[in-house]
Amino acid sequence: MWALNDQTILKESVDAYNKDHPDEKITLRLFANDDYKQKLRVAFGANQAPDIFFSWGGGALNDYVKAGKVDTLRASDLKADRFTPSVMQSATFGGKVYGVPANGLAPVVLYYNKKVLADAGVEPPKTYADLLAAVKKLKAKDVVPMSLAANSKWPTLMYLEYLLDRQGGSDVFTKIASGDASAWKDPSVTQANQYLQDLSKAGAFGDNASSVSYDQGASAALLYTGKAAMEVMGTWEYANIAKAAPDFLAKGDLGYTAFPTLPGGAGKADSIVGNPSNFLSLNSGTKNKSAALTYFNDYVLNDSQVDAYLAAGSVPPVNGLESKLATVKSSSDKAWLTFVYGLVQNAPSFQLSWDQALPSDQADPLLTNTDKSFLRQISPAEFGTNMSKATS
Amino acid sequence: MAAPALLLFGLFGLVPLVGVVVLSLARWDGLGSVGWAGVANWSAVLTDGATWQALWLTVKVMVISWLVQTPVALALGIFQAPRGRLRALFAVLFFLPLLLSAVAIGLTWQALLDPSFGIGATPGLHWLAKPLLGSPDLALYTVIFVIAWQFVPFHALLYQAGIRQIPTVLYEAAALDGAGPATRFRRITLPQLKYTMVTSSTLMLVGSLTYFDLIFVLSGGTGGPGTATRVLPLSMYITGFQAHDMGRASAVAALLVVFGLGLSLLTTRLSGFTRMDSQQEGM
Repeated sequence: MWALNDQTILKESVDAYNKDHPDEKITLRLFANDDYKQKLRVAFGANQAPDIFFSWGGGALNDYVKAGKVDTLRASDLKADRFTPSVMQSATFGGKVYGVPANGLAPVVLYYNKKVLADAGVEPPKTYADLLAAVKKLKAKDVVPMSLAANSKWPTLMYLEYLLDRQGGSDVFTKIASGDASAWKDPSVTQANQYLQDLSKAGAFGDNASSVSYDQGASAALLYTGKAAMEVMGTWEYANIAKAAPDFLAKGDLGYTAFPTLPGGAGKADSIVGNPSNFLSLNSGTKNKSAALTYFNDYVLNDSQVDAYLAAGSVPPVNGLESKLATVKSSSDKAWLTFVYGLVQNAPSFQLSWDQALPSDQADPLLTNTDKSFLRQISPAEFGTNMSKATS
Repeated sequence: MAAPALLLFGLFGLVPLVGVVVLSLARWDGLGSVGWAGVANWSAVLTDGATWQALWLTVKVMVISWLVQTPVALALGIFQAPRGRLRALFAVLFFLPLLLSAVAIGLTWQALLDPSFGIGATPGLHWLAKPLLGSPDLALYTVIFVIAWQFVPFHALLYQAGIRQIPTVLYEAAALDGAGPATRFRRITLPQLKYTMVTSSTLMLVGSLTYFDLIFVLSGGTGGPGTATRVLPLSMYITGFQAHDMGRASAVAALLVVFGLGLSLLTTRLSGFTRMDSQQEGM
């Protein structure tokens, strides 16, 4: 089985399995994020792939499914009804399930520094207009309104994902993801880019966003050092902040809320975007299918796994967590976990990050055009035209 | 005598090269089966504006790198050539970048140039707190600077060795004839360094076609901001390993080979390096 480096809780599930099945052990190999995707691809190309592999679901996983490399998982194999349905969508292609969720939910939320907002006399923004007004006030106080690691490109994409979802509703991207290139030319795509460029023009991201790289934790650092007021990022940022600045969290200075709404947009206010979860899938060439299914069924996100994720500040995509949440000890963790769980349970749609949802050959044009739109090197309308050209 | 070398070159040089050319005519996503594409990859690569932009950036990096690195390396080489304890100490300091891997250099400079937490945050250095790597206008020049920081020591070493090879009798004779330091530099040092310069320049120019790791790290793997630092090798990598279009990536790779080969031939031909006439005739 192959997975990513930082999946320590997942590793515990493998250890537990191996303890119970000494004669049919799972060997776990862990890889760094960037290498991993390529390594997996090459391994599958050379028929050297692991029995079980870790992925993000969406278009990238569908590449493997289409190439006949992934086994279908029957509902009875998985007890699939224990998982949040909107999450299972990311590993379901043509009505068949190809993966089992294996770690926490990661919707994208708006974090803010309570102290910085209070100093500037700003309430956490609820609408786009609030956000623009907040940007003005925060700029006057000489703080960066929104911390953004634009050097890494994908954090910028999160804005476009939310803006399009709020503006055009979740159907627009669903159409795009289904392969309809013309849907990139939907007016709401242009409008979403317009909003992004307006924010950037208003100075929402400061002067240096393009130099900030996500990997070194600089964008979170801007937030907890008070140099920036807000950050739009996935829920994993909570754990990062808890690790890098425990004092900041202990003082209760970290605030979080849903992404602002766009009054007049067709989208629903409580829809979310982000990464529903990571998935484990089964290599169709495996000789150890029954062992793998035992592992999926009894060890992945079982009771003790769920507890471990909750203790780490992460909500696993499992139904009926209310009673477990009530027993979390740390009050800041409890508030956070309840917030994330509620966000996902109440969301009418959970849009998978675009760079994961689309086939991998579209991810690069997407990130490049997002960056260019953010830098205002292309007009809002050109984004859609370029993307539609790159997709067809 | 040459047979083992030829064998090795054939195995590790020619065979992969032929493989790349074959693959450039195929359709392969690295996962499924390989299909025949004919010249489709080539026509797609050659008609894509992004390829020409990447090539233009590559040439720009190459030429500016040469213009920046050659005088600095020459000056450092001249400074280090005479023996002396202090110079030896300096030499050790200068060569430090040579010992670091490109990835370490990239990560270090990325952290140093961070406008919020890098050197720009030091009191008195606030003028450095600029989006050097983030601005589409500045990023390429910042990258060229970091490349120079990495490679100048190596070329300085070449020049130092070259200068130490020049017979001192030449300088003594010139001094007797009343030539000042400037004349001695222009009439003796520079002409005597001709082949060192050719070697160094060829390494610099052809080497700049392989600047990949450093730019990859500095731009967060994207050749950004936008496509401001997406040179041809990076474009090849992104096409092949992120967009999973091995055919097109192979076409770009073959293009790079042709370009590098032409460049290498051109520098040696123009400089008369192939004639290899003696520099010390009449001595």
